[in-house]
Amino acid sequence: MILSKDEAQSILQKVLGFSTADECEATLSGTTGGNIRTARNTVSTAGALDNVSLTVEARFGKRAGIATCNQFDDATLRRCVQRAEEVARLAPESPEYVPMLGAQQYLSTPAFAASTAGITPDYRATQAGKGMALCEQRKVSSAAFLEDQAGFVAKRNKKGLEAYQQFTNLDYSVTVRTPDGTGSGYATADFTDISKFDAGRLTQIAADKATSSVGAKAIEPGKYTVILEPAALVANSDASLLGALMNAFDARSADEGRSFLSKKGGGNRKGEKLFDERVTIYSDPASADIPTLAFAGDGRPRQKVTWIEKGVVKNLFSSRFWAQKQGIPDLPPPSGFIMSGGTQSTADLIKSTQKGILVTRLWYIRPVDPQTLLYTGLTRDGTFYIENGKIKHPIKNFRFNESPIIMLNNLEAIGRPQRIGGNLVPPLKIRDFTFTSLSDAV
Amino acid sequence: MGLTGLAAGALLLPRMPLLGGTEVDVARLLEPFDAALNKRLADAALNAAKAAGATYADVRIGRYLNQYLFTRERQVQNIVSTESLGAGVRVLVGGAWGFWATNQLTEAELAKAATTATQIAKANAKIQKEPVQLAPQKGYGEVAWKTPIQQNALEVPVKQKVELLLAANAKALDAGASYINSALFQVNEQKYFASTDGSYIDQDVHRIWPTFTVTVVDKASGKFRSREALSSPMGLGYEYLVPKAADKVKGPAGTDVIGYKQSYDLLEDAALAARQAKAKLTAPSVVPGKYDLVLDPAHLGLTIHESVGHPLELDRVLGYEANFAGTSFATLDWKKQGKPYGSKLVNIVADKLQPGSVGAVGYDDEGVKTREWDLIRDGQLVDYQKIRDQAHIVGQDHSDGCCYSQSWQDVQFQRMPNVSLRPGKQKMSVDEMIKGVDKGIYIAGAGSYSIDQQRYNFQFGGQTFYAIEKGKITGQIEDVAYQANTQEFWNSCAAICDQSDYRLFGTFFDGKGQPSQSSAVSHGSSTTRFNGVNVINTARKV
Repeated sequence: MILSKDEAQSILQKVLGFSTADECEATLSGTTGGNIRTARNTVSTAGALDNVSLTVEARFGKRAGIATCNQFDDATLRRCVQRAEEVARLAPESPEYVPMLGAQQYLSTPAFAASTAGITPDYRATQAGKGMALCEQRKVSSAAFLEDQAGFVAKRNKKGLEAYQQFTNLDYSVTVRTPDGTGSGYATADFTDISKFDAGRLTQIAADKATSSVGAKAIEPGKYTVILEPAALVANSDASLLGALMNAFDARSADEGRSFLSKKGGGNRKGEKLFDERVTIYSDPASADIPTLAFAGDGRPRQKVTWIEKGVVKNLFSSRFWAQKQGIPDLPPPSGFIMSGGTQSTADLIKSTQKGILVTRLWYIRPVDPQTLLYTGLTRDGTFYIENGKIKHPIKNFRFNESPIIMLNNLEAIGRPQRIGGNLVPPLKIRDFTFTSLSDAV
Repeated sequence: MGLTGLAAGALLLPRMPLLGGTEVDVARLLEPFDAALNKRLADAALNAAKAAGATYADVRIGRYLNQYLFTRERQVQNIVSTESLGAGVRVLVGGAWGFWATNQLTEAELAKAATTATQIAKANAKIQKEPVQLAPQKGYGEVAWKTPIQQNALEVPVKQKVELLLAANAKALDAGASYINSALFQVNEQKYFASTDGSYIDQDVHRIWPTFTVTVVDKASGKFRSREALSSPMGLGYEYLVPKAADKVKGPAGTDVIGYKQSYDLLEDAALAARQAKAKLTAPSVVPGKYDLVLDPAHLGLTIHESVGHPLELDRVLGYEANFAGTSFATLDWKKQGKPYGSKLVNIVADKLQPGSVGAVGYDDEGVKTREWDLIRDGQLVDYQKIRDQAHIVGQDHSDGCCYSQSWQDVQFQRMPNVSLRPGKQKMSVDEMIKGVDKGIYIAGAGSYSIDQQRYNFQFGGQTFYAIEKGKITGQIEDVAYQANTQEFWNSCAAICDQSDYRLFGTFFDGKGQPSQSSAVSHGSSTTRFNGVNVINTARKV
């Protein structure tokens, strides 16, 4: 359920009015949405959910307590505040106590679209049906997932912090396989505003990849020049190479000596050039392409922040406690990131490649060594050999063992960024990408 | 798709809302769930579903209570008690499923949820190509089941549990750890299931998992190494944290490794972890090549999970998970060919019954009584894991009772039961096994893991690695990962220790489905030898 700003803030005001604690902060959040899942060209599951909940944090000195509820009559609200205060009185003093934030200035970010908030079960079934019909016609089999949500977050505390924002999102992914199981293709996209969403178009891409990946030949594992499409660099529901790199930008882990950003002898590597000079990664909550909430979960404002500029580490994120302790900028982790790119399409990157491999997607990516950010995983759903600027033939899938640090030092070319999993990421051409074994999987 | 990696994330992000739920105070966790009220609510939903045209309906009213304690070094980071209460109604109309969930537990709201679910089913029926067929299931009437625990962990005072974690942290720090993050997860699923088949099933399920990550940093060289706990998530109460000598299994001579059965010595393992993490900083780097691997149960469980558990999920085999978790090499055609999955020593059993396992329940989430059945017999694939709407596809007339949903608000679907390697029939200890190994590696604890979407090619790391030369452990080594093909690997199985070495590995975070759901599963085995496996060196310079 989406409460309006007035409805939400009036509940929060009432909640704070019930509090006797030194500090008190209340957060209301709610979502409404649904999903539909298909496989073998038919619907497998579909559902919907509607929920609102309130979280109250009360503090007496350095002792804190949290309670929540999902009913909003006065008696329940009062009980919720009392529970938070009871827990706070019993809790140990926190050595990492930081006072609550006061009033903040937030950017205006376009995170909500009415079109997405208005999705019905029939809309989901129609979109899913488009993809299934296309695959029936082409005699291939599709498995797809569509999930949408609209929601709001509102915050208020006794020190004057006040925040409210609505958001929407739709995620779609589709895997198409040939009936004999020798070809597989994939496409995914996500949207704040669904006006540009077309399940048929995405299914078409996946179906083309599936049919053109039939008859894959085995080539020897080793170091190859690769073109990694955006879906091979980030994923919306699992670990990814660029996601892992950005998650490692935590100041505390770096300062404590347990991160690739830790410096020999102590401290961190902020300010050092660790990547190719064409690498710039930033976050911007007001981006028209990947708008996010203007505030983090703890109420800190989200602003445009550059994390890597021309290969140099510019900023690390941290908790409020760690920022204060170390006297560093108080930056929350980004909720999506943007890697600067050029104007070349994936097709352009292929054209300029003498010998190489086009990778549609990397999968089951897991850390091997946190010291070097070494990750392993596999190619999937369309891997092709490139020769003299053209796709020559499909190849069997590989397992890789590679670090995004090494990868972003072996950069050959950067393409045009596109939205994927809430991030904006270009296809990348990388030399000497390490494949360690072959996989029989299709 | 496999483990979601939440386990590690949880240690670093103590405020992460795990498994859903809202935070509540501890006293609330001990209030009983009212079965009589639940029956009235369930009947309201079932009657409304039938009136709206459903040919089948089930309702799951769930109260999911969790308490998670997080500490680091000498301080408490977070204490979270959560309660999630609500109901999910699933209906079959015109051969299509519909599902709707609500947190408003009144008869009117449950009836409304059932009606809404039928509307969703009707919208889907228009584009449904293969109508759902359910294996017949008799109603059980009013029945109940409870995890046979000795002490409900949620009834143990938070102070006592926190003191235990902090005592373990102190042991690790005293033994040379630079940092330790420790956590105690306690889960209680109170589930009431009712269906139009005439079942009213009341279950009270308990699970517990103490865990930690110890890190040792050498500031001068900038090198750091970690070692995670060798505990396992268990379907037990707080008794798991009261160590008993009879539950300890000594690892091979030349290692300090200790395996744990139905109880766990958190303090002992924390101290050992610090010593082993420290030794990792200076341990020699492995020379890549072919080795005979001796894998302890706290490690092998994860390999079983990924290379046997997942490929034999029938929904995955049939293509229902193609868009996320993937499919399987072990197709119905592959099974017909009769190729060996493993050597003759390999016998793999599925169950939802093993005492102490996290998979143990009386009935699954679509009202089917749980059972045990063989998946692999003498190296040959003999069966899959399946639920009611899949049984007819393999010509069977019954579900295996492995349908599960992580909460009332998620739809239930086929999930992995406990999948275990039967122990060797001949008497054999781990020392006797190692005596016969000329060039090998002993691996304890689960580490890095990755496998392709059809479950052929995998790579696993571990927590600690010991070189074996000429029948003896010679010392810790580092940077080890093994890569293999599932069938080649299981066919290289050369020896399995006997029942006395048998232990359970487990996880709370097996991820599958879209939207992704977590499920808890155990894998039992005894220490096992695999010959001639490809080992790579994972060290890199950056």
